[in-house]
Amino acid sequence: MQTPFFRVVYGIVAKDLQAEFRSRELLSLMLIFALLSLLIFSFALELDRLAREEAISGVLWVTVAFASIIGLNRSLTLEREQGNLDAMLIAPINRAAIFVGKLIGNYLFALLVGVLLIPIAALLYNLPLINVWLFIVLVFGTLGLSGIGTLLATMTAQTRTRESLLPVVMLPLALPVVLTAVRATTGILSGQPAENWLGWLHLLAVINVVYFAACFIMFEFVVEE
Amino acid sequence: MFAPLRAAAPVLTPAAAPIIAAEGLTKTFDVLPVLRGLTLHIAHGEFLALLGANGSGKSTLLRMLAGLSQPNSGVIRVGGWQLPREAAQVRAQIGLVSHKLLLYESLTARENLRFFGRLYNLSAARLNAQIDTLLKRVGLARRADDVVRTFSRGMAQRLSIARALLHDPSILLLDEPYTGLDQEAAAMLDALLGEAHAEGRTILMITHEIERAARLPSRVAILARGVLAFDCAAAEIPDAAWLAARYTEVTSLIAAR
Repeated sequence: MQTPFFRVVYGIVAKDLQAEFRSRELLSLMLIFALLSLLIFSFALELDRLAREEAISGVLWVTVAFASIIGLNRSLTLEREQGNLDAMLIAPINRAAIFVGKLIGNYLFALLVGVLLIPIAALLYNLPLINVWLFIVLVFGTLGLSGIGTLLATMTAQTRTRESLLPVVMLPLALPVVLTAVRATTGILSGQPAENWLGWLHLLAVINVVYFAACFIMFEFVVEE
Repeated sequence: MFAPLRAAAPVLTPAAAPIIAAEGLTKTFDVLPVLRGLTLHIAHGEFLALLGANGSGKSTLLRMLAGLSQPNSGVIRVGGWQLPREAAQVRAQIGLVSHKLLLYESLTARENLRFFGRLYNLSAARLNAQIDTLLKRVGLARRADDVVRTFSRGMAQRLSIARALLHDPSILLLDEPYTGLDQEAAAMLDALLGEAHAEGRTILMITHEIERAARLPSRVAILARGVLAFDCAAAEIPDAAWLAARYTEVTSLIAAR
């Protein structure tokens, strides 16, 4: 009787991409914020090369985390504003499929912003940031942020103070993701041997699995009245 | 529970078993009771208009029947299936239209219908045929590939009806569907609901429009402070003025208790 899980996931992802392709609302907001943030950091931290190398990991991940929050807020507010989440919830579908579908959409947007950010940061900070391992950290880090963010944005989207509430509730929970991603990024960019930072990458992957499982299970209760 | 001021007309016969049966529903938000032991039966093919003041529990009841909210106590059966245990079976039978559009404004009419049709597991061929049929029926065939953002409120609400009918549900739940519609759009919505009723669908419409409630449905009920305070077959309602007088009488009496 229920619609197959992955048919629902595919439908939601396709819908989110189609809507974004037409409106460009989310990506433009996230990108503009991320660019401004990078610029402000570059002016504020007029540092020598060594100091820039040490600061860039934090700058990158703080920017990605806040840009993700902006995207997540908008993405879930759009679902709530016109009652579209209700329209999905009354369909004969597994509610966790809504979580996975929204998560994939949000993740793709956050990852795209992160990928576009790296060459821009490389230019602004005059650092060699193009690195395949950095891309891998970005893949895991944005996944963790999108997972926990999708669940929390679904909760906060029904409140009047959603814009300010999401960062307040999300940042403490996103801290393990941001910290491990910053540690791994610092290790990679400072040219340390892999054994020094690979552990952080592994830890980031484990955190992602734990967060995904918890959010997957909790989503049904979050959308229940 | 408050006694009804007027005895309900015999709208339920043994042959017409209720497709919706809500028994003893209670719901409290924080400490505020919204539904107080509400019992409501709706027969197959009935068109029930539910009137009531703001805060009387109408929307809460509708959300419960749609499986979007759980009662604190009581039992809900829809089409013989019990909520929330058999929610998927119940949801497959229900179409929901609200004063909110339940549509994506940056998608076209066709894209919206395709997305929601996928959620009901309609095959691509059936979905495409159904989209074309429904867009013609609601008078939007020529605007099928326009984004919803460019639609008037009336057009968007007609598209919302098409969305609710995509999976051919036997029950339509309508939450103030006339909100924000001009006269022409409201008349078109009247016609669409009349057609849906003539097709044998069961309709529960929450509305504040007494004139429309006296004219369109087959049964009218009034909800006041979480209980069913009035229940009457539409055939027994002489005109809208009579219904308006009963509405004022019932709601004032319940408020005074």
